[in-house]
Amino acid sequence: MGNLDDAPCEEQGYAENGNGKAAATPISNGHTPKQWMNHAEEQQPHLEQGEIKFSAPAYTEIRTRSGGLNFKTVNAGSYHPAQQEASNGYANKRVNGSSRQQPKLSQADGILSAEQEHYQKTSFEEVPLHTACLTYLGFYLLMILGYINQLLFVPKVATEKKREGYVTLYDAFESFYSRYVYRRVRDCWNRPICSVPGAELVLKDRVTDDYGWSFRFTGTETRCLNLGSYNYLGFAAATGVCAEESEQRARDNGLAFCSSRSELGNTQQHLDLERLTARYCGVEDAIVFGMGFATNALNLPSLLGPNCLVVSDEKNHASIILGLRLSGATTRVFKHNNMRDLERVLRKGVCYGNPKNGGKPWNKIMIIVEGIFSMEGSIVRLPEIIALKKKYKAYLYLDEAHSVGSMGPNGRGIIDYFRANPKDVDILMGTFTKSFGSAGGYIAGSKVSQSKGFA
Amino acid sequence: MLGTIQLFNELGSIFRNTPTFALVLETLLLITVIWLLLHRRSGKRLTKEQEDQLIEQYEPEPLVPDTDADHPLLRTRLVQSRVGKRIVVDGHDCLNLGSHNYQGFLEDSEILEEACKTLRKYGVGSCGPRGFYGTMDVHLDLEDRLAKFMGLEEAIVYSYGFSTVASAIPAYAKRGDIIFVDEAVNFSVQKGLDASRSTIYFFKHNDMQDLERLLKEQQQRDLKNPKKALKTRRFLVVEGIFMNTGELCPLPELVALRQKYKLRLFLDESISFGTLGKTGRGITEHFNVNREEVDLISAGMEGAMATIGGFCVGSHFIAEHQRLSGLGYIFSASLPPMLTQAAISALDRFERDPHIFEELQQKSRLVQQYFKRFSMLRLQGDELSPVKHLYMSQEHEDLQTERKLLTLLADKCIENGVAVVDAAYLQNRERKPVRPSLRIAVNRLLDETDIKAAFDTIEKISTEVL
Repeated sequence: MGNLDDAPCEEQGYAENGNGKAAATPISNGHTPKQWMNHAEEQQPHLEQGEIKFSAPAYTEIRTRSGGLNFKTVNAGSYHPAQQEASNGYANKRVNGSSRQQPKLSQADGILSAEQEHYQKTSFEEVPLHTACLTYLGFYLLMILGYINQLLFVPKVATEKKREGYVTLYDAFESFYSRYVYRRVRDCWNRPICSVPGAELVLKDRVTDDYGWSFRFTGTETRCLNLGSYNYLGFAAATGVCAEESEQRARDNGLAFCSSRSELGNTQQHLDLERLTARYCGVEDAIVFGMGFATNALNLPSLLGPNCLVVSDEKNHASIILGLRLSGATTRVFKHNNMRDLERVLRKGVCYGNPKNGGKPWNKIMIIVEGIFSMEGSIVRLPEIIALKKKYKAYLYLDEAHSVGSMGPNGRGIIDYFRANPKDVDILMGTFTKSFGSAGGYIAGSKVSQSKGFA
Repeated sequence: MLGTIQLFNELGSIFRNTPTFALVLETLLLITVIWLLLHRRSGKRLTKEQEDQLIEQYEPEPLVPDTDADHPLLRTRLVQSRVGKRIVVDGHDCLNLGSHNYQGFLEDSEILEEACKTLRKYGVGSCGPRGFYGTMDVHLDLEDRLAKFMGLEEAIVYSYGFSTVASAIPAYAKRGDIIFVDEAVNFSVQKGLDASRSTIYFFKHNDMQDLERLLKEQQQRDLKNPKKALKTRRFLVVEGIFMNTGELCPLPELVALRQKYKLRLFLDESISFGTLGKTGRGITEHFNVNREEVDLISAGMEGAMATIGGFCVGSHFIAEHQRLSGLGYIFSASLPPMLTQAAISALDRFERDPHIFEELQQKSRLVQQYFKRFSMLRLQGDELSPVKHLYMSQEHEDLQTERKLLTLLADKCIENGVAVVDAAYLQNRERKPVRPSLRIAVNRLLDETDIKAAFDTIEKISTEVL
C-alpha cells in the first residue's frame, strides 16, 4: 500500500491486497487460489473495457419458493430493443462456440442459459408466509403483554429527575416500546465481545436479574463461532499484514490528525488510498471519508437539491434515507428489487415532472440502490437497472457497503459480479468497515468534485 | 316493480318541493364536479407515444455542476509528517497552530503504545455495528469511564465526531418540536437540526436578551394554543466553546432561562471538553454549574483527546434512548478498538495530570495577549479558549476577496514556518455566510518563544499581504 506505482490493475493481484491467509481460502467450491488468480487476470481486460455486459431479458419474475428454476419472462413489454439484441447476440455467440474468448460467468457456465444465469444471480429466498405470520404474531403478542403489563405495574426505573412540569421527552408509544417490548428481547443485541471478530469470537457472558432492565457480567467468557460480524475476508485480524501495516502507520503518523481534510488533515496516505480505491473500482476518481454512515448521510445532500427526484428502493439503508432527508430532494420509493415498479416510477417522473413545480421537468433523477441489501441480503438487479437508467437518463447511485470485496470473481463488488461496466454507474459508494476490516467509507465515480469531508 | 314506482314518486316529490334556484345550483355543482374529474384525467394522461417522446427529449442536468478548478476546497495542503507541535506541510517544517491537538496527545508515546497493544489484541476494525457484535469490552470500558469522569449516569460512544451531535439532536427533537439555537453553531449541529425537522429559532450569538425575546414570543404563541403547547417539546442547543467564533457560551444565564422556560439544554462540548475547568471537565466545571442542569452533553473526541469519534453523556433516562434512536450509533460500525483505547488512555492522562488543563489555559491566555496586537488582523475568541479566530480588521464588501487574501496569508505563513489555516466552510451550505478567518488552535506544548515567533511571522506577512 505504501509504495504505490501506477501498475495496471491486473498486476494488483488480490493476494497482495490482503494477508496471505485470507487469499489462500478457497472462495467457492472447487477453485484453488491459483486457478482463481489466472482466471482473474484473463478477465480483467474485458471488465476494464466494458465490452462484455451481462444482459438478460427485461422482467424476470422470481420466486424461489415456487419450485426450482421456474420463472417467467415477460418479453412482450420489453423496454429496450438494443438490450434484446444484445441478449440474443450473446446467446448466439455462445451457441456458435465463440465462448472460448468469453470469460466464464460462473461455476455453472455453459450449463445455464443467460436467463437462467441471471435468475441464479439475482434470486433470493423470500420469507415464507407462515414464517412472516408467526413473526408478526409473536411481535403482537409481545405488544399485548406489554400493554397489560403497563396497566398493572408502574415502571421501576427510567424516570426523569428534576424536570417536573416539562413536556415529556418521549412519545407515549416510544417509551412504551422501549420499556415493555424492547426490554424483553434486549438481551439479543449489544452483546459485548472481548476478542477479534474473526471466525471465532469470545463473548462476555452476562445475565439479567430483573427481566432486561439491567445486565450483570458473570466474569466468564464463551467461545463462539462467529456468524455475526461483517469481517467477510478475515482482514480484521490481530495478526497479519493488515494489523502490522496499521501499527507501523500509527507509529509513523500518529493515531489521528485532529483536523479536517480541507485544513491540516490531508496526507499522502489519504491520497494513496483514494487512488487505490479508484483503481480498484475501475473508475477515475474517489474520495475517502472517516465513517461509512456519514459517507451516505452527508454526501447525498451535496449531490441532490430541491428540484431533484430520487427513486429509492424500499429496503435502502437508514444512512441513505437520512441523506435524502437532509438533501431536500423528493423521494419516491419503489418496491424492493421490482424492476416493473421502478420503471413505472421513472416513467412517471420523466413524463409528468415535478408536481410541486407546475409539472416542470426534474433537474436530475437519481436511482439509489444497494449492491447487497443489508436489510434483506438480496442482490440488486443491476443489468436491468443500468438499462432503465440509460433509457430514462437517470443517474445511478450504488451503495456497495456489503458487496465490495465480497462479490464477483475479483472481489470488486456487484459490478464485477454482473460483468457490468463501472462507468455505467455514476456514483459507487462503499465502506471499508466490512470486507476491508477497517473503518470509513468512499465515494468513487467518473468525476468526483464533492466537498471533502470533515475531520 | 312497486318499489320502482314509489321511488319515482319520491324523487318527483323531492323535485317539486325543492326551490328552483337550489335545483339549478345543485345541477351546476354536479356538472362542475364531473367536468373537473374528466378534465383532470384527460389533461394529465399522456398517450404512450407522447410519453416516449418526452422521455426522448428529457435532458437532465449534469450530476455535479462544473466546479471552479481553483475552488478553495479542492486545493488541499499536504501534511507530510506526524502531527505535533511541529508539522511538515507541503514540504515546509512549521510550528503548528492549525491542528486541534490542544493537549498535544498526538505526540504522547504512552497513548500510542497502549493503542498498539489493543490493536494487537482486537485487530483494526470492529466489523459490525454496536448491536451486532461490534461492542467490545473497550467500548463499555470507555463509556463507563466517561460517565464517571463527568459524574453522570451514562455515556454513549459514537464512531465519528461529526455524527455525534448530528445524531443526538434528531434522536429527541421531532417534527413539531421547537429548538432554540445560537446562530453561530457549527456545521454538524446545523445538520442535526436539519435532520430533526423541528421548528428552529436562531438567536443572536451569545445574546441572552434576544433569546429571551424569542422565548417570550413563544410564550405568547403557547397562550393562543395551549393544547399544542402541552405537546411541544422545547430544546436549547449551544456549544460550550463555539468552533466558529471561539467564544464561551454564557452557561449560567442559559441554565437560568432553561429553568424559567422549561427547556431542555443540549451542550456541544467538542472544544471545551478536556480544555476548560480545573480538571478538564468542560464548561460546566468552568462556570461551576451542576451538570444535572444540562440535559445532554455531547463532545467529539477529535480535539483534546486526539483520537476519532465522539460521545454523549447524561442521565440514564436520556442517554440510553440514543441506543435505540441515535442513527449514527445504530447504523454505523463501532469505533475501531485501538482508537477507543486511545480515548481511554487520554482519560487516564486527564485524571493523572490535572495540571495540563491549567497549562493549556495559560498558553491560551498568552496567545491572546500576543495575538490581539496584530495591526492588520482582529482577534476574536475568549482568552481561555484554545480556538481563536483572526479576522481582517479592514472589512471587505466581498467575502470572496477576503477569503482569497486570507488563504494567501496562510500559504505565506506556511512557507515561513508557521502553520495556520483559513477555516474551511461550505459557504453555500451554511445557514448564512460565515466571515472568513484564520482559525488558530492552541497547543499545550507551545512555549512563549514559539508564540512570540509566530506572532512576529504572522505580523510581518500580514502587513505585506493585506
